[in-house]
Amino acid sequence: MKVGVQTAGAWRKPAFLTTYFVALVVLLYLPLAVLLLFSFNAGTSLSFPLQELTLKWYERLFDSPEVLRAARNSLVVGVGSGTAATALGTAVAILLARFRFRGETFLFALAMLPLLVPAVVLAVALLVLFLVAGIDRSLLTVAIGHTVVALPFVVLIVAARLAGFDRDLEDAAMDLGAPYRRVIAAIILPLIAPAVISAWLVAFTVSLDEFALALFLAGNEPTFPVYLFSQLRFASRLPVMIALAVLMMMGTLTLVLLAEWMRRRGQRSAAASDAEVRNLNGN
Amino acid sequence: MRARRAIFWALYLPPVFWVGLFFLVPLVLMFALSFRGDMQGDLLSLWSPSLAQYATIIAIGSYWRLLAISMVMALCVALAAVALSYPVAYYIVFRAGRAAGLCLVILMIPFWTSFLLRVMSWKFLLGSEGVINSLLTYLNVIAEPLSGLLYSRNAVVITLVYVWIPFAALPICAALQRIEPELLESAADLGARPWRSFWAVTFPLSLPGVLAAFFMVFIPTVGEYVTPLLIGGSRGSMYGNIIQDFFSKAANWPRGAALSMVMLAVTLILVAIAARLVNVRRLLE
Repeated sequence: MKVGVQTAGAWRKPAFLTTYFVALVVLLYLPLAVLLLFSFNAGTSLSFPLQELTLKWYERLFDSPEVLRAARNSLVVGVGSGTAATALGTAVAILLARFRFRGETFLFALAMLPLLVPAVVLAVALLVLFLVAGIDRSLLTVAIGHTVVALPFVVLIVAARLAGFDRDLEDAAMDLGAPYRRVIAAIILPLIAPAVISAWLVAFTVSLDEFALALFLAGNEPTFPVYLFSQLRFASRLPVMIALAVLMMMGTLTLVLLAEWMRRRGQRSAAASDAEVRNLNGN
Repeated sequence: MRARRAIFWALYLPPVFWVGLFFLVPLVLMFALSFRGDMQGDLLSLWSPSLAQYATIIAIGSYWRLLAISMVMALCVALAAVALSYPVAYYIVFRAGRAAGLCLVILMIPFWTSFLLRVMSWKFLLGSEGVINSLLTYLNVIAEPLSGLLYSRNAVVITLVYVWIPFAALPICAALQRIEPELLESAADLGARPWRSFWAVTFPLSLPGVLAAFFMVFIPTVGEYVTPLLIGGSRGSMYGNIIQDFFSKAANWPRGAALSMVMLAVTLILVAIAARLVNVRRLLE
């Protein structure tokens, strides 16, 4: 971020831009705030006037084994696909940042493509694959799909981190005769660890939220969003589902803030270690 | 060096294998399936390739109309999201000062909360007995609930603009940050008025970010099916919904596969155009 740069750009009057920013942020948060508000409303329909405040919808949530089952399913899929995507994506990022080879652009394009292909196309294509291969739809098939869609995010996050630090340490280690395997294990991985953790959290969150693929691939074991969607038809279940939605929102929010915090911490420590290396070189 | 080559393959093969098996192979299978004349018999049995599905698709004008409508909707969404997020990005980079990082996080939080939930919240807002209608009735602004809010293409476009605004701000922020402050200072020194220097210096230099934001919203929106499913209803459906229908309710997979291939071709053409105009890898640095 540029700090305190005095520019002579447009919109001289700061008031207009500040007002615009605040107004837009309020607008962005308003629908979410409405969900939060109605999750405490005793009435069963989402309409004004509000009735008395209550926590009963949250209580009902924990009484429902289906909800807990869907939550467990989402966690399993998220952990599985998050871990797989992080491992595969980190490998791609290291290749792109530290190796020169033919087909580099091909690998980058291949890793990014899942971001670009419409979710519905990927979903039905995987459906066909699993049918042809004789694999029943299950949490595993959802996790496989989520690994594919989370991969680009991991590559982007980890590659950005790898581009951000000097190769001096790696070069020094290799000059001293360390095999490349050890360079990766002892230098690269510890240095990119915050980015890898942040990437895992993002991949986990992507999986937790993902609906377009899961709807096609989930079979009998719904993940959280699929379960939520299936319950929308029943008006009487609505308040409980809103409470569920609010909890989900809080969950992903915590994870994302954690991921962002990790990433920033990584950047700071990277800046510090870079400065250290420079000092050593200077002396 | 040989050890390094072994490492190379150890890093290279698993991701390529994974993406190949679970991304490329399914698409190839769909491609093959789209040349199947009908859904008769076992899906795994061999079939003689036929262009029947494509012939049908070309003949049915409503598919093309829906594709065109989806593209126009995506265009509206992308233009609106970029236009609305540009001032926000500008504010964060040039005006927020020390609070810039915090502002960016505040902006991104809604983006990182579940896509489904954000779309759903609009369903509750716009519904005929929903929040907006009941609030307006309660306050005696209107006597009858407005019925046209939900289940229309407008509702889908509004919801998607809302969904994409924070995301569109990201590449614009990145492009604005790269502008050298000296350029703006010299523009001012040379007597350029703020607006003049904005249109002559800032905006042209931020164009790569604007284009990136445009395509990052436009491309996924063309293939959208979840938002129309929730918000659009039958009157607000998009091209993605017919693909979804052919693989679920209608159970005509070959037709759905052929329609998917059309969608994929459109998407890849758009990506190619975008790649021409925007240097993707530079944006990452």
